[in-house]
Amino acid sequence: MLLEIENLKASVEGKEILKGINLSIPAGEVHAIMGPNGSGKSTLSSIIAGKDGYEISGSIRFDGVEIMDWEPEIRSRAGIFLAFQYPVELPGVGLSSFLRACVNESRKHRGEPELDASAFLALMREKAALVELSQELIRRPVNQGFSGGEKKRNEIFQMAMLDPKMAILDETDSGLDIDALRIVAEGVNKLRHAQRSMLVITHYQRLLEYIIPDRVHVLIDGAIVMSGDRNLALTLEEKGYDWIRAGQEVSS
Amino acid sequence: MAQSEQELLEQLSERDYPHGFESNIEQEIIPKGLTEDTIRFISQRKNEPDWLLQWRLKAYKHWLGLKEPNWQKLTYPAIDYQDISYFAAPKAAPVLNSLDELDPEIKSTYDRLGIPLEEQMMLAGVAVDAVLDSVSVVTTFKEKLAEKGVLFCSISEAVHLYPELVRAYLGTVVPFTDNFFSALNSAVFTDGSFVFIPPGVRCPMELSTYFRINARGTGQFERTLIVASEDSYVSYLEGCTAPKRDENQLHAAVVELVALDRGEIKYSTVQNWYPGDKDGKGGIYNFVTKRGLCKGTSSKISWTQVETGSAITWKYPSVVLQGDDSRGEFYSVAMTTHLQQADTGTKMFHIGKNTQSRIVSKGISAGRSQNSYRGLVKIRKSAHKARNYSQCDSLLMGNRCGAHTFPYFEIHQPSAIVEHEATTSKIAEDILFYCTQRGLSRESAIAMIVNGYAREVLDHLPMEFAVEARKLLAISLEGSVG
Repeated sequence: MLLEIENLKASVEGKEILKGINLSIPAGEVHAIMGPNGSGKSTLSSIIAGKDGYEISGSIRFDGVEIMDWEPEIRSRAGIFLAFQYPVELPGVGLSSFLRACVNESRKHRGEPELDASAFLALMREKAALVELSQELIRRPVNQGFSGGEKKRNEIFQMAMLDPKMAILDETDSGLDIDALRIVAEGVNKLRHAQRSMLVITHYQRLLEYIIPDRVHVLIDGAIVMSGDRNLALTLEEKGYDWIRAGQEVSS
Repeated sequence: MAQSEQELLEQLSERDYPHGFESNIEQEIIPKGLTEDTIRFISQRKNEPDWLLQWRLKAYKHWLGLKEPNWQKLTYPAIDYQDISYFAAPKAAPVLNSLDELDPEIKSTYDRLGIPLEEQMMLAGVAVDAVLDSVSVVTTFKEKLAEKGVLFCSISEAVHLYPELVRAYLGTVVPFTDNFFSALNSAVFTDGSFVFIPPGVRCPMELSTYFRINARGTGQFERTLIVASEDSYVSYLEGCTAPKRDENQLHAAVVELVALDRGEIKYSTVQNWYPGDKDGKGGIYNFVTKRGLCKGTSSKISWTQVETGSAITWKYPSVVLQGDDSRGEFYSVAMTTHLQQADTGTKMFHIGKNTQSRIVSKGISAGRSQNSYRGLVKIRKSAHKARNYSQCDSLLMGNRCGAHTFPYFEIHQPSAIVEHEATTSKIAEDILFYCTQRGLSRESAIAMIVNGYAREVLDHLPMEFAVEARKLLAISLEGSVG
């Protein structure tokens, strides 16, 4: 198992947001989490990545090791990547120098030598092509003046650069038109392989037509109330979340 | 889990000045106090001509009738001007035989700032005859300047070597009547730099005080005068990223720049004076008057400053745009931590037609520091079609520091165009989380964000200086984070 979450609870200022999540993702599998607004999807992804500001209990094991006490940067270097729903802008910080520092931190963590400038540039060119990110955007400060779609492509580009074992995509489809969605999804699919797991968080079934999941989990009110194969997503699209809230059974 | 922003900032604000140092120079010091006799003594020791003595005395008499300014947003204990010694001639420099004798901690700061070896030796006071490379660098430098006719020496030397030039320009841009501190400086200044670029000459290298060997130890009341003749260009570097400590708490320098027709002066400063301990004790009070006069048509003066040191900074490098089509620029990064206070900005006086000015100010406040931008754009009736663009940004770290912006505009010419933008931002937790999620430590994330924020200003520094300044901003935050 690459990622094992057991009885994960989280609250903010006394308000419980996650109420005992259990989730296991084997290496190489793509799991989707679907759920209505406010169900706790983004909180779950932030907590896996180590964001501060929650009272939490339970267990998160990555590659068999408990990581609840790890700082976000250690989790990142160990191979956990989060593609943000709302990527921030870093004025004046060049994307390439930012990424070079990030990639070299990961390499240092793995005991590999730092990439020199020319090797790094070659890698950037190769990975930028995956999500059709232009060289002009790479020369800009991180996300500054990027359109919504460009920001999302940039997230997948950074994921390709950092080559994580576990990628969490937090509503990567939100705010994308159909062409941008296709480009992003194709980029993600090219990054799928037997050693990389993904957790795709989405509101709609639409994204899962492009990124076919191995498992689908439904998160409502801070708990996973149902799990199934990809057909569960289709049923949800058809019947809506109220159907689950009504407590009906589904065979999947 | 990552520590909270608050904890981080507590530590940040408690950063100690990492590598200050003191020297044990044996000095010849006159008794404390300021009278006409003090000024006569200074002038006599420097063997000055009578006109300069008379000028000093006039400044002194004027100063006696002035009161210290109190409009700035700074608080500090009253300065007793009779409790200061106004003349200290360095008797003997501390002599090291090599850099190996240098305090390893200082050596390590120099290395991390990327200061070249020869310059390190100069800063550390390594005996010059032990530094053959350095001497040859300086010699080559002086030969190249002489070839072009560039005059570059201490202002004391210039008084003897080029008295007409000094007399023609000294006090013409910053008269002793200008303000309390310029009057004091005019009365008691001990040394500083003098630069004269002849017509049509583009100074072949960046001029820096580092090459003026005999200029060490003249910090307290510096006086600098730079003249760029017609069609000439010079880039001057003041200060150093290396930390500087000084027993003299009060510093009141005056810098005057004059650019004639199509002359251009680029003046860059990195100021890293001792800021005091975390309770604000012992830091330098820096009251500086810097002004440039764009005297000729199409002349240009550009100030770039990176201010990280001093307990108190009071400094408004200004440009008087007298010549038609002249241009003034001010690019500034002022960083304050723990109890530091900075009140800094610029003044742009538009007099000539089609004059242009550009102001870019970036304040960074951490700890319990106070950081104010104060700027005046004055457009006289004569300044047809004058233009000004001002941008003043403040970056706050934590909620115990203060950032303030005081822009003043006096526009007397309707065809003038003036634009002003101001922003205030915080290094928010979501920005830090984004960076740490990509594998950066909080410390390097903050350094990267701060450097990105200051980039527009840093890009105006000469390249090697910019590299050092970037490291300086990072080192100033280092050891205090996470």
